[in-house]
Amino acid sequence: MATTALKAAPKNGPATAAKTSEKIDFTKAEELHAYEEMLLIRRFEEKAGQLYGMGLIGGFCHLYIGQEAVVVGMQMALEEGDQVITAYRDHAHMLACGMEANGIMAELTGRRGGYSKGKGGSMHMFSVEKGFYGGHGIVGAQVPLGTGLAFANRYRGNNSVSLTYFGDGASNQGQVYESFNMAKLWNLPVVYIIENNQYGMGTSVARASAVTNLSQRGASFDIPGEQVDGMDVRAVRAAGERAVEHARSGKGPYILEMLTYRYRGHSMSDPAKYRPKEEVQKMRDDRDPIEHVRKRILDSKFATEDELKVIDQKVRSVVNASAEFASSDPEPDPSELYTDILR
Amino acid sequence: MPIEVLMPALSPTMEKGNLAKWLVKEGDAVKSGDVLAEIETDKATMEVEAVDEGTIGKILVQEGAADVAVNTPIAVLLGDGESAGDIGTSSSAPKGEEADTAKADDAAPEPKSGEKATSESASAPALAKTPRPAEPDVPEGTEMVTQTVREALRDAMAEEMRADGDVFVMGEEVAEYQGAYKITQGLLQEFGDRRVIDTPITEHGFAGLGVGAAFAGLKPIVEFMTFNFAMQAIDQIVNSAAKTLYMSGGKIQCSIVFRGPNGAAARVAAQHSQDYAAWYSHIPGLKVVAPYTAADAKGLLKAAIRDPNPVIFLENEILYGQSFPVPKLDDWTVPIGKAKIARPGKDVTLVSWSIGMTYALKAAEELAKDGIEAEIIDLRTIRPMDIETIIESVKKTGRCVTVEEGFPQSGVGSEIAAQLMTQAFDYLDAPVTRVTGKDVPMPYAANLEKLALPSVAEVVEAAKSVCYR
Repeated sequence: MATTALKAAPKNGPATAAKTSEKIDFTKAEELHAYEEMLLIRRFEEKAGQLYGMGLIGGFCHLYIGQEAVVVGMQMALEEGDQVITAYRDHAHMLACGMEANGIMAELTGRRGGYSKGKGGSMHMFSVEKGFYGGHGIVGAQVPLGTGLAFANRYRGNNSVSLTYFGDGASNQGQVYESFNMAKLWNLPVVYIIENNQYGMGTSVARASAVTNLSQRGASFDIPGEQVDGMDVRAVRAAGERAVEHARSGKGPYILEMLTYRYRGHSMSDPAKYRPKEEVQKMRDDRDPIEHVRKRILDSKFATEDELKVIDQKVRSVVNASAEFASSDPEPDPSELYTDILR
Repeated sequence: MPIEVLMPALSPTMEKGNLAKWLVKEGDAVKSGDVLAEIETDKATMEVEAVDEGTIGKILVQEGAADVAVNTPIAVLLGDGESAGDIGTSSSAPKGEEADTAKADDAAPEPKSGEKATSESASAPALAKTPRPAEPDVPEGTEMVTQTVREALRDAMAEEMRADGDVFVMGEEVAEYQGAYKITQGLLQEFGDRRVIDTPITEHGFAGLGVGAAFAGLKPIVEFMTFNFAMQAIDQIVNSAAKTLYMSGGKIQCSIVFRGPNGAAARVAAQHSQDYAAWYSHIPGLKVVAPYTAADAKGLLKAAIRDPNPVIFLENEILYGQSFPVPKLDDWTVPIGKAKIARPGKDVTLVSWSIGMTYALKAAEELAKDGIEAEIIDLRTIRPMDIETIIESVKKTGRCVTVEEGFPQSGVGSEIAAQLMTQAFDYLDAPVTRVTGKDVPMPYAANLEKLALPSVAEVVEAAKSVCYR
């Protein structure tokens, strides 16, 4: 008997261009801030990739290169006390929250000076002081957790908002919709940010999702959503402010689908057979979020090449110092094996 | 100073790979992020990116080279104002970027050799050193009131909610309906819908939401209509609630109680009749409590709500309506992790908990008629397990029978048997014997269901057999 292969119905290809986003121009200070923050993430991730290659970082290591505008723009829309939670591609979120490069890199290398004393690794770091609640390894599991942070905010009436990030891959997990339902039912102050980098591991959105406009995934729960040019930090910040204000004012959840792109593999060992090299190169050439800010800064004469070089050097020295710390800091004491299991 | 580009590893276990292709040539200017080359192993390919800007001074390993060892220099990058003539000096004087690399290599974790593993092995905290919580004192002359387990559980929640505004209860039908099994009766009326929250039928979602609220410092009581439905949520319980304290190096606490009826009720067939005591007791980071009496139900639930850790609180539908004396005290708590001697004896130790106690207590009466004095230990907490109390009893009796409704393989009784064998072998006069639910899905037919559950007769028989009677 002949069998018919399951084949995804033809749909629109990856949406690479911006959809709706208005872009509110940045001031000089904002442009320079965004440039430095994004560059720190880029250089940090490159260094992490290098340390992984040298065998200093083990296990999984998911790099954020290409997606920098998303976390940096969103962080610019937050207030003190707001919370951030995400999955395992999390280094950038931590840097954007203001966590120290040293502690993050040392966690990546499994050293005692890491944020989790070396016991969590790349996917599991936390800082209550900086409002960062992890760092979660099960695809989609952070979505109910982030909704729970929002629940706690409403319970306490503290006016804070939970930014709950997940990827296009996680957007097909059942618990995401369980969360959407409760978040709208109780009008919880949560902004769901879908980082649509076009591929859930090696499977394109079109091959995994019956409807590829993920911003409309909240429609049956009456949650508004919009697609945002996630490669433009100005568009991200503008949309972020709208969404955060919506949530903070008691109107309930909001969905932002960030159209973005990761240049590197899903994790370090990625065969890169599922997308053409030209696609990656074209993104890097045409849409790089850092290059765009850099060009705007130079065009507007906010800074000279030399002044930008000073920022580059500063970032590089922070990253190099973190690598140095992460490779010289001792491994955890063996006695740590049995600590922190129960309080 | 020229910078060496090293052969990267695709994984921590990779030792060598092939240099498939160079995408740059000598003299090319590169900047951070530019792809320099492709390497491959039998499993995957990977791009080597520049992490610094400069000019390719020399390619040291040609494309097509096979089995290039990880960390072998494969090219040299020249900085501003450097020329190929500077390359020779690069390996002698580690400075700048290269110094980082050299130190990184020194500090890299050594491959695990047997010797190293031994010298660094951490020893588990000795069980004997675990401080045992003291038995709660019921002051002389305390009035005892008769209460059902149901009422005791409700009172425990109400008292803790009065005492701590961070405590709230959520679950299916806990508010307007007054609880599917009426455990939350009256709580909505007293505490309102901010703190007594009806959820949609969405176990995975509300378990995760509760864990998130606990991460933020609240103290949720999450009711599952039965623990059978908590299987939908077990990822959030195990991966999020139980492990986050450890994964965060002690930074994120998760004070939460997951409670509800566990195990078989009556005639509800296989999907609604499972005992999860062994499942959750397997997980470090959880506490697992399974009381039998109303007094223990009340005291342990109050302790569980106050506990800074995630607690699995296993109730039993059949016990809900049973009455027991409960001390009439303002704040009656029972410590988690402490078993109690429910009936003293000298001939054989019976260990059980929750509804298993009903078989053990009746069996002890039967055994007494034959002159066998059984000592019954009500474990009350499955994890952390009070193995010490069991050992002390076995030192006296030399014999042990465990009684549980769960499946036999890898059950709680199996764990007790293993612990006794390693810690009390010399005191045993007979093999530890388990009485368990049968190794079958729970059948619906009344006669088959009865056969699938443990019985008093089976406990009596097992006890006699270890007494060689």
